[in-house]
Amino acid sequence: MSILAYNGGAMVAMKGENCVAIAADRRFGIQAQTVATNFEKVFEMGPHLFVGLPGLATDTQTVMEKLRFRKNLYELKENRRISPKVFAAMISNMLYEKRFGPFFVEPVVAGLAPDTFEPYICNMDLIGCLNEPSDFVVGGTASAQLYGMCESLWEPNLAPDDLFETISQALINAFDRDAISGWGATVYIVEKDKVTIRNLKTRMD
Amino acid sequence: MSSERYSFSLTTFSPSGKLVQIEYALAAVAAGAPSVGIKASNGVVIATENKHKSILYDEHSVHKVEMITKHIGMVYSGMGPDYRLLVKQARKMAQQYYLVYKEPIPTVQLVQRVATVMQEYTQSGGVRPFGVSLLICGWDNNRPYLFQCDPSGAYFAWKATAMGKNYVNGKTFLEKRYSEELELDDAVHTAILTLKESFEGQMTADNIEVGICDPQGFRRFDPSTVKDFLANIP
Repeated sequence: MSILAYNGGAMVAMKGENCVAIAADRRFGIQAQTVATNFEKVFEMGPHLFVGLPGLATDTQTVMEKLRFRKNLYELKENRRISPKVFAAMISNMLYEKRFGPFFVEPVVAGLAPDTFEPYICNMDLIGCLNEPSDFVVGGTASAQLYGMCESLWEPNLAPDDLFETISQALINAFDRDAISGWGATVYIVEKDKVTIRNLKTRMD
Repeated sequence: MSSERYSFSLTTFSPSGKLVQIEYALAAVAAGAPSVGIKASNGVVIATENKHKSILYDEHSVHKVEMITKHIGMVYSGMGPDYRLLVKQARKMAQQYYLVYKEPIPTVQLVQRVATVMQEYTQSGGVRPFGVSLLICGWDNNRPYLFQCDPSGAYFAWKATAMGKNYVNGKTFLEKRYSEELELDDAVHTAILTLKESFEGQMTADNIEVGICDPQGFRRFDPSTVKDFLANIP
C-alpha cells in the first residue's frame, strides 16, 4: 500500500464567483484504525491564501512548517504579500528539490490574488507537478470519489453560499465512500473581505 | 597549509575608521569611462562612452550596455573584467528567481542581490572589492527603476545620475536639465548631452552605447538608432 494512503484524508478546492473554497476531512488514522477526528490539513498562509496538504500526516506538518518559513522570508524580503500563483510555484520548486526522496503530500492551494482578488486554485503531485484547472481540484485517498462528485455538482459562477453547499456535499458524499477519510470536515470559504470557516458534522463510522 | 595563512580580508579599517580599499575602488570607478542614467515618465535610459584607443578596434562586438532579463538592463563605470563577472552573476540570479517563483525578478530584488555580492567582496578573504559602479535600470510594477550599485555594496535609487570620469559635472548638468515629466525620447537626448559635456573628441554612433527600458522591456540601441538621436544634437 502506498505511504500516501497510510493516514487517509480527503481534500477539495473549488472556484466560485469572486470567491474560492477549500475543504478537507478531519480524520487522522493509522491505516484502518482511526486515532483522532480533529486533525487539520488546511492551513492559513495569508489573509486570502490557504494550502491543504493531504497525504502522510508527518509530512503534512513538516511541509506546512517549511512553507510557512519560505513564505515569511519572501514577504519580509520583498515587503509585499505573496500571491497564490507565486506560492504554488514556490511549493512546486520545493517539492521537486526532493525529487528522489519526496515528501508524501499532494498540496492543494486556494486563494485570491492580493491586488486583483482574482480566484486561484491548483494542486500538484508529491514531486510538484502543477495542475491549474478553471473549476476544481481534489486530493487525498478519496480523490477518485471527489472527481465524480465535483464533476456532477460543480457549476460556473457559484456565489459564496452556493459554493459552500456544493463543496460540502461533494466532500461528504465522496469521503463516505472511502473507509479511511471522513469523521468530520472543515470548509473554508474565501471572499474579498471575509473568510468563513465551518466545521461539518458527518457520519462517524 | 601555508596558502591559508594570508586568506584574511584585505579590506580592513584604518585608524580613522575608513575602509581605504573601498575608497581606492571608488577612485578606480571615478577614473573609468562616464555613464549616465535617467528615469523618464514612460521608461528609463542608460548610456555610456565606449571609446577605443586604436582605429583598428572592431567596435560593436564587445558591449558595455547589457541585458540582464527581458525587463532589466545594466551598464558600468570602472573595470570591464569585473563588470562581466557581475553581469554573469546578475543573469544567473534573475533566472534562479524565475525558476523558483515563475515570475520575473523585481528590479529592486535584483539590485539587492547584486549589492549583496559586491558587499561580500569587501569582507571575504583573498579577494579585492569590485572596481565598478553599476547602473541598473528596469521596468516593473508599471513604473521605471534606476539604481546605482557601488563597490561597497551600497545602492541608491536615482531619478537621474552620472558616474565615472567627470561625474560631478555630469550630475550638475542633470540637476539643471531634469524634470519629472520628461518623456523617454527627451531623456535619451539629455543622456547623450550629458555624455557630450565631458566628451573628448567627436561623438559618433560608434563610440557611445545607449540602452532603454520601457513597458516593452529592455533593449540596446543599434548604431543607426543612436545616429538618429545624434543628428538632433548640435
